[in-house]
Amino acid sequence: MRTAAVTSSAAEAFGLDGAETCVRMIAPNGAFEPNAAAEEYLPYLDRLTEADHRRFYRDMVVVRRFDTEAANLQRQGQLALWVPSHGQEAAQVGSAYATRVQDHVFPSYREHVVGMIRGLDVVDILRMLRGVTLGGWVPEEHGNFHLYTLVLASQTLHATGYAMGMQLDGSTATGNPQTDQAVIVYYGDGASSQGDANEALVFAASYQTPQVFFLQNNHWAISVPVARQSRTPLYLRAGGFGMPGTQIDGNDVLASFAVTAKSMDDARAGHGPSLIEALTYRVGAHTTADDPTKYRDPDELAYWVARDPIVRFRSYLQGRGIEQQFLDSVDEEAADFAADTRRRALEVTGPEKSVIFDNVYAEPHPLVAEQKAWLERYEASFDEGKN
Amino acid sequence: MIAATDTSVASAALPMTKALNAGLRRAMLDDPRVLLMGEDIGPLGGVFRVTEGLIAEFGDKRVLDTPLAESGIIGTAIGLAMRGFRPVCEIQFDGFVFPGFDQITSQLARMRNRHEGGLIMPVVIRIPYGGHIGSVEHHQESPEAYFAHTPGLRVVSPSNPHDAYWMMQEAIASDDPVIFFEPKSRYWPKGEVRFGASGTPLHASRVVRAGLDVTVVGHGAMVSVLLQAADLAAAEGISLEVIDLRSISPIDYGPILGSVQKTGRLVVTQEAPGFVSVGSEIAATVAERSFYTLEAPVLRVSGFDTPFPPAAVETHFLPSPDRVLEAVDRVLAY
Repeated sequence: MRTAAVTSSAAEAFGLDGAETCVRMIAPNGAFEPNAAAEEYLPYLDRLTEADHRRFYRDMVVVRRFDTEAANLQRQGQLALWVPSHGQEAAQVGSAYATRVQDHVFPSYREHVVGMIRGLDVVDILRMLRGVTLGGWVPEEHGNFHLYTLVLASQTLHATGYAMGMQLDGSTATGNPQTDQAVIVYYGDGASSQGDANEALVFAASYQTPQVFFLQNNHWAISVPVARQSRTPLYLRAGGFGMPGTQIDGNDVLASFAVTAKSMDDARAGHGPSLIEALTYRVGAHTTADDPTKYRDPDELAYWVARDPIVRFRSYLQGRGIEQQFLDSVDEEAADFAADTRRRALEVTGPEKSVIFDNVYAEPHPLVAEQKAWLERYEASFDEGKN
Repeated sequence: MIAATDTSVASAALPMTKALNAGLRRAMLDDPRVLLMGEDIGPLGGVFRVTEGLIAEFGDKRVLDTPLAESGIIGTAIGLAMRGFRPVCEIQFDGFVFPGFDQITSQLARMRNRHEGGLIMPVVIRIPYGGHIGSVEHHQESPEAYFAHTPGLRVVSPSNPHDAYWMMQEAIASDDPVIFFEPKSRYWPKGEVRFGASGTPLHASRVVRAGLDVTVVGHGAMVSVLLQAADLAAAEGISLEVIDLRSISPIDYGPILGSVQKTGRLVVTQEAPGFVSVGSEIAATVAERSFYTLEAPVLRVSGFDTPFPPAAVETHFLPSPDRVLEAVDRVLAY
C-alpha cells in the first residue's frame, strides 16, 4: 500500500496555494492582487458597496467569537457537542452573501454564519446541540436555510430534488433575476466520497437543476486527510459529471462571493448546476470530541493560520483605509454577541416529553398514540404514590 | 402507444398491474402535484408495465425516467416533497431497494419529526416483492420487516387488484411516507376492480373468508395461498378464517383479535424469513393481548432464515398451502 501518498503536507497545500487555476482576489498579505483565474469574476465585485465590505468583516469576526463561546459552552457541559467553523469564515460568508432572498440553502452542519446571514438565530443551532430538538428551526421562516443534516451528503440529494421542484413549478429561469430561484448546497471533502454526493451530481447534471454545489475542502474529514478522499483536485470531478467546476481560495472572502455570485446567477438563469471547491482549512477540531494533535502536523496548522481569512480581509480593509474605530467596534460587537448568545443558550430549556411522539406521523398512528398514553399513565402513577 | 387504464366504467376485470396503473392515473388526474419517478418507468412503462401509457398522457415532467440510482431517486423525492410535490417512486425489484435504504430510514422516515411537524413527507415508494416468479437473486425477496421496524414509515401490501387500485390512491393521498409492497406473483391474475366503490381504509385488515376453527393471517401473495389452504381444509371439515393484513405498519389488530376470540387458534404466515419478522410481531402482540383466549401457541409459517434460494428450489422455501395446513394441524392438536 502506498501510504506515502496519503498526506496533506504544508508543501502540497502550498502548491495549491500558488496554483493559477485557483481563483483568488486578495493575496494572503491582504493586497488586492487578482490572479488570472479571477479576471472573469471581477465584475461581480462591483456589486459590493463599502457597507458590504464592512458586513463581510463583521460577520466573520462575530461568528469566530461565537464559535469560541459555543466551544466553551460545550466544555462546561451545556452542549452535547460543538462543531467549530474556525478558519472557514471567508468561504461561508462570501458564498452566503451571493445568495438572494428567494434562494434556498441546504447546509451540512458547520455553516453557522451562513445561517446567521440568512436570518437564523444561532441559539436555534445551539438548541439542537443542547439536545432539546432534532431540528431547531422552520426553514421557510429563516431565510430558506434548511436544517442541518448529520448523515454526510444526504442533503445534497434533498437539495437536488428541491431544485428539480423549482424547475417543475416554474420558479426559476423565467428571466427575472429578482424572483428566479436557485439552490446552494454545502458539503465537504469527506462527504464528497459518499455515494449520495455523487448521485446528486448525476441527477443535477441530468436534469440541469438550478443549483450550486459548494464544496468546502477544509482538508480533513475528522482525522483523515483529503488525499485519502481524492487523487484529483475535487473541483475537477465536476467535469466528469458534465458541469463546470471552479476552485477558489476559500480564505478569500471576495473570491468566494464573486464566484458564487456568478454560479448562482447562472443557475437562476437556467444555465444549470455547477460546483465550487473552496480551499480552506479546519483550524479547530472536527468537533469538541476530537483531538487533532493526534494526527495533524503542527507545521501544516501554522501554514494555514498564517493565511487566516479574517486577518487577510482586515489587512485588505486597512489597505483601503478603514478606520481603526470600526475594527474596534466590531470586536466589541462580537464580544457582546457572544455574551448574549451564552446567556440565551443557558436559558434554553428542554421540550415536553410529548415531543417523543407528536411528530412521528402526520396522520394518526395507533401504536404511537397507545405508547404516548401509556407513558402518561405510567409516569402519573408515581405521582399517585406520593399522595 | 398503449393507453393507460380506463376508469370511466363501473368495474372491470383487471390484472393487478392494470389496477395499479389505474390507481396511479386517477391520483395524477386528481392532483397535479403527484409525480412518478423511477428507472424505466417512461416509454417502457416499467419492467412490469405498471406505469404504461402514463408518460404519454402526463408528459415527462410528471413521469420522470431517472438515472439508475436508488438513493438518488429517494433523496431527490424527499427534496421534491419538501417543495410541495407528492412523488411516487418505483423501485424496480425488492432487492434493489437497499442502495436507497439510508435515505428511506434516516431521512424520509424522520424528516417530519426532525422538522418538529413543520412539513409533511407524502412520498410513496412502490416495491414489487416476493417469490413464485422463478427469477434470479435479488428479484424474489420480501424485505418488509426492515421498513415496518422504522418509525415514521407506513407499510402496506395489497393482495388483489381491487385493493391495489384503491390502496394506491390512499397511499398517495397520505401525508406520511408509505412503502407500498406489490406482490409480483399476483401482478397478472385478473380480479374485479370496482371503480365506483370506495376503498377499505388503507390501514384496515380484513376478514376475507369467515371460518370457525383456526385463524390464518397473511399479506400480499400469501392471501391467495391461505385461500387455497382454506379450500383444502374445508374438504377435510376444518374451517379456516382468513385475514388479509393489507397494512403491515400500523397493524390493524381488531379483526385479528376478534377472530382469535372466536377460534382460539392463530397461524401467521409470510414469505419473508421468520426471525424478527412481521409474523413474530403479530404472534407476540396476540399473546400479550389475548393470552386467555388462545387454545394453542401462535405458530408462524415463513420463508426459511436463509437467503432466498435459487429459483429451482423456491417451492421448497416459500410457504405453500400444505405448509400452512401442517401448522393448522399442529394448533388443532392442542
